[in-house]
Amino acid sequence: MKYAYFPGCSAESTARDMHESTLAVSERLGIDLQEPRGWTCCGATAGHQTDSLLAVSLPAATLVKVKDMGLDLVANCAACYNRLKLANHLVLTSPDMRRKVADAIGRDYDGSVRIRHFMEVLLEDVGLDTIQNALRSSLKGLKVACYYGCLLVRPHEAMQFDDPENPTSLDRLVRTLGAETLDWPHKVECCGGGLSMTRTDVVIRLTESILSMAKLAGADCIAVSCPMCQINLDMRQLDIQRQLGKRYDMPIVYVTQLIGLCLGISADTLGFNKLMVPASTVIEAVGDAA
Amino acid sequence: MAIIVTQEKATDGILREVQEISGVDLSVCYQCKKCTSGCPVAALVKSPPSEIIRRLQLNAGDEILESDLLWTCLSCETCSARCPMGIDLAAVMDALRHLALDRKASKQQGNVPLFNRVFLETVRLFGRTYDMLMIAAYKVGTLKLLNDTEKFPTMLKKRKIALFPTLEADRKTVRRIFKKAKQNRGT
Repeated sequence: MKYAYFPGCSAESTARDMHESTLAVSERLGIDLQEPRGWTCCGATAGHQTDSLLAVSLPAATLVKVKDMGLDLVANCAACYNRLKLANHLVLTSPDMRRKVADAIGRDYDGSVRIRHFMEVLLEDVGLDTIQNALRSSLKGLKVACYYGCLLVRPHEAMQFDDPENPTSLDRLVRTLGAETLDWPHKVECCGGGLSMTRTDVVIRLTESILSMAKLAGADCIAVSCPMCQINLDMRQLDIQRQLGKRYDMPIVYVTQLIGLCLGISADTLGFNKLMVPASTVIEAVGDAA
Repeated sequence: MAIIVTQEKATDGILREVQEISGVDLSVCYQCKKCTSGCPVAALVKSPPSEIIRRLQLNAGDEILESDLLWTCLSCETCSARCPMGIDLAAVMDALRHLALDRKASKQQGNVPLFNRVFLETVRLFGRTYDMLMIAAYKVGTLKLLNDTEKFPTMLKKRKIALFPTLEADRKTVRRIFKKAKQNRGT
């Protein structure tokens, strides 16, 4: 299984843990990920809030490179996945946008590169049976709240990822590892990641609401696939403790880190040492495969 | 909520422009307020999403570009996802922000426009984001030098943030894109 892989800018900075666990899990499961040479930033929220042409041309600059590779493109960062898919959608639905983008990037891009989230590759191409057979240990007894956030599921018209209000992709993967997944109401609520630096006051309210709901549901940890959600829910726990006097100690881990643990990959290789809230309860929960 | 529309405002509304930029027909909104119910910041702003639509329908003028929702909105798209009439309100919010930036609306709320500018400037320079420079420039711009600094030593120790920018991105194409986008805006 060979794919082009778009790590995204966070993968080189605040989400090295996401990147390293994705690569380690891929190697174990026989997924060959190739970075397009010279890939560039997708523009993220700042791009689309500022200018429509910028918002589509930035991802299209990488997509046209991937087209030359003749492979499907895999992204693991929900924000990149969102911008890449929206760029395809807008190029395909607006001939005027396609023409302007061609002028901006210096080549025509037709919107034809198939974009997959890493979770879709695991579920649809690798399959839960293959993953289960590769497991060396299990997370039996661990209670996990799977959190999807905004960008993976919205807008559904362009993302076409799972059910936009009650997605279960991450839950199915985590259950394969032997862990218990929880039904809880904040799966697709926004954590405020985009305003983490600019409106910390807002973000403390939103992250606290998600953390408290996960705790109420009995979660030992929250599993995410988006680096904005991860750092926001992880790092803001310190501010919540200081400003609201509430202490959660809730580990915020990537689904790829959980899968990696059960594949027998070391916690350090999977970037567990980079988490702000230590995930020792998660690492200690690793037991023999069922 | 009481909205008073004066005769002058009724003649110079920006509804048409917003609809053109966003490609969204706002006339079908019947004020069920599902957008406002689901909006994570509705309780924190003066004009929630449904009120912004009503104001636009009532021919609001440029003053709507100074609404606090513009730069408090998280672009989480919950409003668009839940609208029973299929109104893509997230696209409307982007259109309002683009107009606010183009017209240099006098009171752009908060520091989000500055954050977006420094974010995009690092992308223009390096082809990918560079967190250290972005954060430094943002802190200088806002004079909030001490915010979050207590987390830096831990982040550096854990290598949770990159020290140096990448030099591997296709910067040439990215600079071309920024140039063309600027030309396209006619600024």
